[in-house]
Amino acid sequence: MTTPLLEGRDLKVSYPVRGFRRKPIEIVHGVDFSVAPGETLGIVGESGSGKTTIGRAILGLALVTGGSVTFDGRDISHLGGAARRALAKDIQVVFQDPYSSLNPSLTIGATLAEPLIVQGWSKEAATKRVLELLDRVGLPKNAAARLPREFSGGQRQRVAIARALAPEPRLIVCDEPVSALDLSTQAKVMELLLDIQRDMGVAYLFVSHDLAVVRHISHRVGVVYDGEIVEQGPVREVTEQPEHPYTQRLLLAAPIADPLLQEKRRAERARLRQVQHNQDVQAGAA
Amino acid sequence: MTAIPSDSTSVVPSETDAETRKGAIARLVRDPQAVITGSILILMIIAGLLANVIAQHDPNEANLYVVNAPPGTEGYPLGADQAGRDILARLLHSINTAVVSALIGASVALVIGTAFGLVGGYFARLRSMTEWTFTLIMTFPGILLLILLMPLTGGDYRATMLIFGVLLSPGIYRIVRNMTVGVSRELYVDAAKVSGVTSSRILRRHVLSVVRGPIVIATAFLCGTAISTQAGLAFLGVGSLSIPSFGAMISEGFRNIGLAPTQYLWPALTLGVMNACIVLFGNALRDTLQGAQPKPQKISVAHLAEGFEAESGPNAAPALLSIRDLGIAYPSPSGELNEVVRGVSLDLKPGETVGLVGESGSGKTQTAFGVLGVLPNEAIVTRGSVRVDGTEILGAPESTLRKLRGDVIAYVPQEPMSNLDPVYTVGSQLVEGIRVATGVSKREAKVRALELLERVGIPDPQRTFKSYPHEISGGMAQRVLIAGAVATEPKILIADEPTTALDVTVQADILDLLRDLQQEMGMGIILVTHNFGVVADICSRICVMKEGEVVESGEAVDVFADPQHEYTSMLLNAILDEDTVRTDPPVAVGQTSGGASR
Repeated sequence: MTTPLLEGRDLKVSYPVRGFRRKPIEIVHGVDFSVAPGETLGIVGESGSGKTTIGRAILGLALVTGGSVTFDGRDISHLGGAARRALAKDIQVVFQDPYSSLNPSLTIGATLAEPLIVQGWSKEAATKRVLELLDRVGLPKNAAARLPREFSGGQRQRVAIARALAPEPRLIVCDEPVSALDLSTQAKVMELLLDIQRDMGVAYLFVSHDLAVVRHISHRVGVVYDGEIVEQGPVREVTEQPEHPYTQRLLLAAPIADPLLQEKRRAERARLRQVQHNQDVQAGAA
Repeated sequence: MTAIPSDSTSVVPSETDAETRKGAIARLVRDPQAVITGSILILMIIAGLLANVIAQHDPNEANLYVVNAPPGTEGYPLGADQAGRDILARLLHSINTAVVSALIGASVALVIGTAFGLVGGYFARLRSMTEWTFTLIMTFPGILLLILLMPLTGGDYRATMLIFGVLLSPGIYRIVRNMTVGVSRELYVDAAKVSGVTSSRILRRHVLSVVRGPIVIATAFLCGTAISTQAGLAFLGVGSLSIPSFGAMISEGFRNIGLAPTQYLWPALTLGVMNACIVLFGNALRDTLQGAQPKPQKISVAHLAEGFEAESGPNAAPALLSIRDLGIAYPSPSGELNEVVRGVSLDLKPGETVGLVGESGSGKTQTAFGVLGVLPNEAIVTRGSVRVDGTEILGAPESTLRKLRGDVIAYVPQEPMSNLDPVYTVGSQLVEGIRVATGVSKREAKVRALELLERVGIPDPQRTFKSYPHEISGGMAQRVLIAGAVATEPKILIADEPTTALDVTVQADILDLLRDLQQEMGMGIILVTHNFGVVADICSRICVMKEGEVVESGEAVDVFADPQHEYTSMLLNAILDEDTVRTDPPVAVGQTSGGASR
């Protein structure tokens, strides 16, 4: 494997608590991960596991209280102000909710041009680039003059992807980018993300609760449980021969869209639960 | 991959931000209240500006020959006061004083309040400091302070209004701060931060555009407050006597009321009309900018379309629930009916689970609400019949429906947390439900509730019974709601996306629970979902809905194995394959490579 583009070392992330001199609550308890150029690292976990917080720490939106995040060999865990803003051309984001991630009162064109203009692009150059971006994500040119409310969820998510692509970043943090979308739209947006990656060689840190989605888009997968990465490895290994009991449970809990196969999986799951229950009992007795 | 789906939302004519704002002004011009009050205010301001042209005398020019002259006197159309000054001239100049007061007071409040509101709202670290400062300002007794500061202001009403502006600023500060806190939690602000946008640009572009509307409205009201306060101070005799103002005129007229009552009338009337116009204009402005306040959605017995008659087909079918050709419509803004459910037919037998599957907007939830008889007030049932256990429920009175909902039909919602009342304990909500449905005593209901909690797999029923909803997890909350739903051993359970808000491991447990309860009680379940995995897990039959119609229905095994309708196949194909993992290696820029493969 080539040298990593992004690397987390014993990363700890906390959220501040309201109130005078109250200690922040630690959400992520020391995780290690790395993303190579052009690679997708899938981060899968359930609600409250800290998977989104890992992404926010990389983006500088959450407080790193231990360990480090390095990008291209440079520690970016405590960057502030101008240094953080300069990183915008390399690290971008696509959020889950396509409704609140676009300012309702700005036109699509204004939203897409903003990251370019703050980087000193001229207005004409930015306008030209916006049209290219719209074309790249499969939206019509006249979308630039319209407001977000005129678009469906899937189309808005395309706009959010276009915004992330604007400065030609090397890493995009995707925080559940397809979870809020309908099934048929979801497949199309995933296809777009794959396409872009193959074209531009951008790396993804892809956060999701949906194993099927992660399996489809990731080269490697990390499974997060209670603020720790309990299992990490190539996608086939993790999703076909999971070692950690939690990963096993997670895999069997996801229902297959086939009544007959699902019945088998259900039985398998019941069996696993019994086995793990017995192990717990023995561990308790020992 | 195809380009954009050409759905109806994308063909709306383009409209820019500027046009939206123009739209607001255009709407304001069409509002009679705004037009009338606005014109009166403008006329007053113009009259004030032309004071020296309209009136023939200086407001302070005293002429002893016309002391207390009645209205209509030559050169003194409104008469003269006890010092022989022209009342019309004084009145017109008072308008100017009032307008200047309003401008100074409101703009000082606006500038200070907005600036600190933005800073305090956006930078959490500075918030406690700004909060303290403005709370302190609010505690100052306004009028008293202004009177005490007289030596400082030298009686100049403009300096007084400057200070009064500061005293008014907490109102604006609070509005701006609250809205800023809300906006800075929006994802688009996070996205802007990640895009390298500076804080000051975020505040200008993203925050100020949201805050703008409410502060425009608040400013209108502040103008009114500033004018009344200035008049009040002048009435008390605070400030320079050479400045004509409503307050001073009212004060003088009041002392002279026995001799010449109209002297009191003119300034009081003008001030009253001016303030009333400002308040009414502010109200019109609020209605235009924020839209009329949304009415709370009422839920009621379904409205039936005119000439509606439940289709009385052969009553032989032994189905527990039988929906025939159900149509539900909503009136569009233009008044036409827009059908969201178009002729849905569906049967449910005891002990079976029917999956109602579709994407968002397919009408699956509306169908379920139609069965429960809890459609929103605007909804209109256009056709069809819904029979529960042989009883027609369309058009049935609320009392019948209530009886059915308690006894026969139960409901499990999508969002467990928002369906529990945060101010009551879980136990008291369960007990309440059981008592309403069965009429047992409180003690019996509690025993039953604890049994149910244990039955739905809650590890410590006693503790959960005493917990408040925020103290339990989403999965536990859903178990509680299921416990409540099955309390009366209903024959039909309608579950609307019961696991969508839950994690997959919890989802699997909840589905297991529903399956067990069904076997135990022999309920028929209608499961509304968009997830084919859930359907495959629990449903024996399935109805695929698209745009308000059932496009395909049949045994689940058959539909999955051999879908007949192309929409069903499309949906099934869109499901990400279990066996597909990504195999193409990461590529460097410029290279391309193959796709995912088996």
